[in-house]
Amino acid sequence: MTVATQMKRRDFLKTGAAIGGGLLLNLYVPDWAPARAAQSTTQPVVLNAFVHIGNDDLVTVVSNHSEMGQGIYTSLPMLIAEELEADWSKIRVQAAPVAAVYNHTVYGIQMTGGSTTTNSEYDRFRKMGAMARVMLISAAAQSWGVDTKSCHAEKGFVVHGASGRRASFGNLAEAAAKLEPPKDVALKDPKDFTIIGKSMQRLDTPSKTNGTAQFGLDVYIPGMLTAVVARSPVFGGKVSSFNGDKAKAVPGVVNVLEVPSGIAVIANGFWPAKLGREKLDIVWDEGPGGEISTVGMREQYAALSKNPGTVARKVGDPATALAGAAKTITAEYEVPYLSHSMMEPLNTVVDLHDDHCEIWTGTQFQTGDRAAAAAVAGLKPAQVDLHTTLLGGGFGRRANPASDFVSEAVHVAKVAKAPVKVVWTREDDIRGGWYRPMWYDHFAAGLDASGNPVAWTHTIVGQSIFDGTMFASFGIKDGVDAASVEGAADIIYSIPNIQVDLHSPKNEVPVQWWRSVGHSHTGFSVEAFLDEVAHAGGKDPYQLRRALLANQPRMLAVLDLAVEKAHWGGPLPRGHARGVATHFSFDSYVAQVAEVSVEKDGRVRVHRIVAAVDCGRTVNPDTVKAQLEGGIIFGLTAALKTEITLDKGRVQQRNFNDYPMVRMFESPEIEVHIVPSTEKPTGVGEPGVPPVAPAVANAIFAATGKRVRRLPIKPEDLRSA
Amino acid sequence: MISFTVNGKAVSVADPPSTPLLWVIRDSLKLTGTKFGCGMALCGACTVHIDGEAVRSCVAPVSRAEGKKITTIEGISPDLTHPLQLAWIEIDVPQCGYCQSGQIMSAAVLLAENPAPTDTDIDEAMSGNICRCGTYPRIRAAIHRAAEIKAQRGAK
Amino acid sequence: MPNNTKWQVLTALLLLGFAGAFLALWSQQSTSANAGKAAPARGLSSANALAEMGVTTVSATDTDAAAAQAAFERAYPVFVSPRCQNCHPSGDAPLQGDDSHVHAQNVKRGTDGHGVYGMRCQTCHQDANLPGANMPPGNPKWGLPPPQMKMVFVGRTSGELCRQLKDPKLNGGRSLAQILTHVAADDLVGWGWNPGDGRTLPPLNRPDFVAAMQEWVNDGAACPN
Repeated sequence: MTVATQMKRRDFLKTGAAIGGGLLLNLYVPDWAPARAAQSTTQPVVLNAFVHIGNDDLVTVVSNHSEMGQGIYTSLPMLIAEELEADWSKIRVQAAPVAAVYNHTVYGIQMTGGSTTTNSEYDRFRKMGAMARVMLISAAAQSWGVDTKSCHAEKGFVVHGASGRRASFGNLAEAAAKLEPPKDVALKDPKDFTIIGKSMQRLDTPSKTNGTAQFGLDVYIPGMLTAVVARSPVFGGKVSSFNGDKAKAVPGVVNVLEVPSGIAVIANGFWPAKLGREKLDIVWDEGPGGEISTVGMREQYAALSKNPGTVARKVGDPATALAGAAKTITAEYEVPYLSHSMMEPLNTVVDLHDDHCEIWTGTQFQTGDRAAAAAVAGLKPAQVDLHTTLLGGGFGRRANPASDFVSEAVHVAKVAKAPVKVVWTREDDIRGGWYRPMWYDHFAAGLDASGNPVAWTHTIVGQSIFDGTMFASFGIKDGVDAASVEGAADIIYSIPNIQVDLHSPKNEVPVQWWRSVGHSHTGFSVEAFLDEVAHAGGKDPYQLRRALLANQPRMLAVLDLAVEKAHWGGPLPRGHARGVATHFSFDSYVAQVAEVSVEKDGRVRVHRIVAAVDCGRTVNPDTVKAQLEGGIIFGLTAALKTEITLDKGRVQQRNFNDYPMVRMFESPEIEVHIVPSTEKPTGVGEPGVPPVAPAVANAIFAATGKRVRRLPIKPEDLRSA
Repeated sequence: MISFTVNGKAVSVADPPSTPLLWVIRDSLKLTGTKFGCGMALCGACTVHIDGEAVRSCVAPVSRAEGKKITTIEGISPDLTHPLQLAWIEIDVPQCGYCQSGQIMSAAVLLAENPAPTDTDIDEAMSGNICRCGTYPRIRAAIHRAAEIKAQRGAK
Repeated sequence: MPNNTKWQVLTALLLLGFAGAFLALWSQQSTSANAGKAAPARGLSSANALAEMGVTTVSATDTDAAAAQAAFERAYPVFVSPRCQNCHPSGDAPLQGDDSHVHAQNVKRGTDGHGVYGMRCQTCHQDANLPGANMPPGNPKWGLPPPQMKMVFVGRTSGELCRQLKDPKLNGGRSLAQILTHVAADDLVGWGWNPGDGRTLPPLNRPDFVAAMQEWVNDGAACPN
């Protein structure tokens, strides 16, 4: 496809959307595969908010959830196609506009996160497909003058069995849309599924292999300028004064203007904007954020951890049990701030007018972002059209509770008085805050004479991510932020005396959810400390977990499967060792066994990860595998490589040279085994992350006798001689 | 003016010679398949071919393109049937997909020079391309599969 | 003079002439490639630079082993400074940074010293340095020695390095004169003193380094033990 053709198509679609107004507001509906015909150029008929059918028989599923790699642009259409009895090859998908009908069925706003998309839409999307099917059948039956019961739908057609008459969905759509939607629909018995449960090929793969997939950064609108923003080098800092003369002198720079978050350099392209920003002279009023240091925070957190905080869970009488235990062990664990580092840096395109605003961005947080944009623009939310593009990675960053990147972009558009794309560089991303918090844990465990744990106490220290957000009342109860203690307060091991408590220090570093949220921290510390408990009691880590999970059949099954597939206890090459970890998160059960070795210089080599998962019924098994694989590698980077540290308020990392990602040559073999289940589908996007760091740490102990209590695991801590 | 061809089409651009080729390709030529990930040649999302060799366009000045043949992801196959693309689709490699243009451009050089790459070859050819979604195991499998597809074609 | 010796001398002179012309051409190519880019270090990319540096004749007029060894010891820290040894590693991968860690991204030497597949040196490294800390440094000849002539500096004692430098089997068949020309005039060697933002310079500046090497040659090129 030539450049010229691409541009013409985009302009056409944009114009079409502007004329059509209302529902079809996605800028770009790409070719999904070489074998597939182009997207519908006719105005499809709306059967319901989630199902549009064109007279070319293309069925467009409107997805209210964002595609950030987790595969829901395929699994959601699968739910509809199944009940609709659609021809899968005619299924397309596009992003929904922002509207109440698209609110998350649990969270009540339009957003994507918490590994909840499939679970929260499993019933609704199937109903929507079934409703559309019923209406199509009614339309056909009416036109043929037959009883609806004598007709059925199959592969994109309604068929009258007795006479053999058929009509395609495209031909029936208009008539069907005029009918009253049924109040109730029967859904298929899962044994009759022909699409759900199969590894259907992803709809978005072809466009992601030929450069046509459109991310937010790829959006260009007529007259658009590009801006980069110089933000305070310390959190909470403000512009005291600035001089933009040298920046304005850079060819291509159009303007230099202040916005609440800093100084915007606006240019006719990214490169001149970036060059211009380098020439800014800014005096910052740093404020208290200028005093923050990781060294200082560690000291503060360690001190807090020595005493119990606000109790999150108490079972039995842990203090007495500890005092009377045959043996007690204690340990302290730490994990650093982490940046999301999506491959596509943040960006937003804003076209702001007096009475309406159009925004294009990859967001996970449509309702919040639209409301924030409207507030900045002085408009009503209904006057703001927010188009969700593909996301080049989200991991939670693109669901920002303060709608930071969208609000900022609207501020820039206001002062620029032109359509503008705000682009974050990688440095802006890594230094821009909104991290997974830093955490410090203090554990104590008491064992009986047989080495069984009888008491377990866990004090957690770290910032609350819900504090100060719209989720505060939902997420913080009795002084405990649920996201701070998940995976710790709700451990499913049968230990008779447990206390988990929490300190929630505050500072200027903005924090938010990051793939697997609190579990990204507690998965590591809980599973690694449990390994210490096993060792202290003379027990095999697998056998101890088995014993403690006696009342948890689903976790037992997952643990047994992972251990079996990993040949736990079996022979290994010299220097290799295995570690195991289990974790329950987002309603799914995951166990992982890591096989590692440690070089003399301390470098850890992860050879293999065997994972087992029970996530309820799998809609698309291959997607489940992909999400576990991806979660493992994501978690491995946190285990082995990355930390955000601060000194004098400044983040010390800036790009992939000092915030390095796991790469191909460090990537282990990964096996994912799915435990079959008929329970409702549960999360897969995040549950793969928490177990990998502890599985690796536990394997390192088995290989070297050295305990790792701090992430990222550093070679200097494991060097031998 | 700096003149070169992109995917077989002659272009002439007025961007300053030190402008990174990436931003000429994206902002000036509106070819958005080549991606911006880091700006420091650390992630590979910006990989293009200059006369068949992989070059990281985020650090290569557009002057380097003068008189040369540039190939971007949009141009590696006239009908989207490059063995890598077919293998990528068969195995469903991409997740978010943002890094995949660069992954394919790097893999294309590997496959052009080595019809039967080993895992070590893949480690050496592909470790410059970061995937935050963690699709490395699938990329590896897809490169092996693409080599098969290419060999089968050649055998016909 | 016997006939065959006459032919030997004539051949040697011819070869020297070729070598000189080649070197001059090679240096000039570097110069023209650099035209319009950041200026190379002070005039060192032409044969005239040798004279500018005070490099005169290359004949060993005195043999003074102790002085030669001392001179080499003065030059040695330059060889094992990061700017030089990072591209003279013992293994299959270049090094980077002032701490000489293994180059990121699993970069390898390759069969010609210029990397492999889509990870050639020129994939990331341009003809000149790029501005900014940790941005890829550049030179038209960026690369490692090929595997057949690794010219390893890392981990070499001064004696080992000296003997290795002099050994025609290990140094690409170079004479002492050619070694001197290399360190004095080669453009890629010269990069070491113009390495780009954030990189420390070698412990001697180039003129002092060349002077030490010249003295080493002049005093008979004896190697430390």
